Amino acid sequence: MSAPEKDIISPAGYRPAPDLFRILCQTASLLTVLMLGWIIYEILESAWPSIQKFGFDFMTTSAWVPNRERFGVLPFIIGTVASSLLAILLAFPLGVAIAIFLSENFLSASIRQTMRFVVEMLAAIPSVVYGLWGIFVIIPIVKAFGDWAVGSMGDFPLFSGPAYGNSLLTASVVLAIMILPTITAISRNALASVPKTLREGAYALGSTRWEAIFSVILPTAAPGIVAATILGLGRAMGETMAVAMLIGNSSRLSWSILSPSGTLAGLLANQFGEAQGLQVNSLMYAALILIGITLIVNLLGEAVLRHTQKQTAGIR
Amino acid sequence: MKLTSSWALCLSIATSLAFVTTGQSQQISGAGATFPAPLYQRWGVEFNKVQPGIQVNYQSVGSGAGVKNFMQGVVDFGASDAAMTDDEIAKVSAGVVLIPATAGEIVYAYNLPGVIGLKLTREVMAGIYLGTVKKWNDPAIVKANPDLKLPNNPIQVAYRSDGSGTTYVFTQHLSEISDDFDDQVGTDKSVTFPVGVGGKGNEGVTALIKQSPGTIGYVEYGYAKDNGLSMASLQNKSGNFVAPDIASARDTLSNVPLPENLRIWPVDPEGANDYPIVSFTWLLLYKKYPNAEKLKALKEFVSWGLTAGQSFSESLGYVPLPQPVVEKAKAALDTVQ
Repeated sequence: MSAPEKDIISPAGYRPAPDLFRILCQTASLLTVLMLGWIIYEILESAWPSIQKFGFDFMTTSAWVPNRERFGVLPFIIGTVASSLLAILLAFPLGVAIAIFLSENFLSASIRQTMRFVVEMLAAIPSVVYGLWGIFVIIPIVKAFGDWAVGSMGDFPLFSGPAYGNSLLTASVVLAIMILPTITAISRNALASVPKTLREGAYALGSTRWEAIFSVILPTAAPGIVAATILGLGRAMGETMAVAMLIGNSSRLSWSILSPSGTLAGLLANQFGEAQGLQVNSLMYAALILIGITLIVNLLGEAVLRHTQKQTAGIR
Repeated sequence: MKLTSSWALCLSIATSLAFVTTGQSQQISGAGATFPAPLYQRWGVEFNKVQPGIQVNYQSVGSGAGVKNFMQGVVDFGASDAAMTDDEIAKVSAGVVLIPATAGEIVYAYNLPGVIGLKLTREVMAGIYLGTVKKWNDPAIVKANPDLKLPNNPIQVAYRSDGSGTTYVFTQHLSEISDDFDDQVGTDKSVTFPVGVGGKGNEGVTALIKQSPGTIGYVEYGYAKDNGLSMASLQNKSGNFVAPDIASARDTLSNVPLPENLRIWPVDPEGANDYPIVSFTWLLLYKKYPNAEKLKALKEFVSWGLTAGQSFSESLGYVPLPQPVVEKAKAALDTVQ
């Protein structure tokens, strides 16, 4: 018994050789970091002429006129942020509600499993299909809603007319559906991993199911739900095809969510193919800004995540 | 399990077949404009039936990218709605031959239930895209259409949001006929209109028009026809209103005086029955090809496209080239060595 054990465990049993697995892992992670650096470097290099020419004004002016070589992406920055926030506003309550429903025992496990599968299937639908579906289904609905909204709330800047079918609202509704699986799946995992003892404790103290959900389970799962929301926001900001097909791609600034708008990703998708000269540089600059915005969102998310984790540390 | 294995079998047969054919055939690769892509790809398929030894692979990457690829020499031919500029031609050491391969016409398609045969004057054509003509019953529209019952509704304007040869040709014509348009918008593959909603691609604009009554937009004739959109008759330089169809566009194109390099835009055609917004689209060939077999295959393909290939144009919504243009294009093709 003792002889083979010695062969395996004792230091003498090992041949002195580099740890290949460790090298493999290190190389892989290093490559990933290098890749990101390389991508940013390449974009920065192509964007440089535009950065030199327009500088910071690029982000604060609203002219995008390729044939006059005037470029400014303010409307697209606003459109990107506004459409994603509106999408989160729509998707967050829905997604968390579905997640609660799926993690509680309202229905039998097999039905919940099926529903969970169906919601996660939404993530498998290609972006362009969402775009087409939006054109034929969502646009008529939003247009009808828009006409009504302009009629009854037209004085309110957010609903000022005329109402268009291809609008910020249309894009946001479709984005909300697209990010729903992300929010639902991650929130559900967070809710499901709340320790059973906490739930039992709440019931033992005499709380109803609602009290248990809202005062114990949701706060405990908060970091996970926050992470889900941030991931959803990130996905919404980078989403390209469906948005380019639905938002109306306009560079005019408007308060109304019923007017056409534009996003940075949509701008790139629309114009890159036929762009020339300074327009290419400016599109690269726009890409750089999009990366910047996504980075800021992720950092903010990380900060919020840490904060909530600290807050809920006591009850976990 | 059985399904998977039969799929695997199919796949392996397909790959081996592909290897067999590629082994024997001459490959020609091209890239460029998206507008004529359906036609060029159809040509590739049909030509392969006539000449099984030659495979033509056309990628619709956009005119700008097509010219770029062609200048870098990574394709055997390029294709562009905007031909090539003199500067670009000068940079190609092997020399460039421009061959008009097909033509398109751009229409004002609109959605106004019950209104058929709308006529647009030159000032209205520009006015709609400048945002100065705002309502369907604007006096300027009513004056040209005394028989039509035009609604008191706002005109919703649709345009191409992606860079495109269609926008280039369209804005070029409007800039020619309206100084205001030239000042405020100008000519380019992507411009910023003061009004309207952008759709991605001809199909995007077509969807915009189809979905909301009261919308007008510019699309290629083929898209408007396939989708059953109403098309406006446009006023040409001699003051006549001409309805868009293949015949009127062919008339226009046969009247165009082709220059030596075959690069011309009939920006504002003068004939009495000419449809005003038409354009050629070009194949870009090198003057000299080092590989004799490739040269032979390419010449056969282009020459087939200029003759037999033209018969596929009309069903796909393109304008078949008039005979004089075909003759000149073939003469240009002969100079390729």
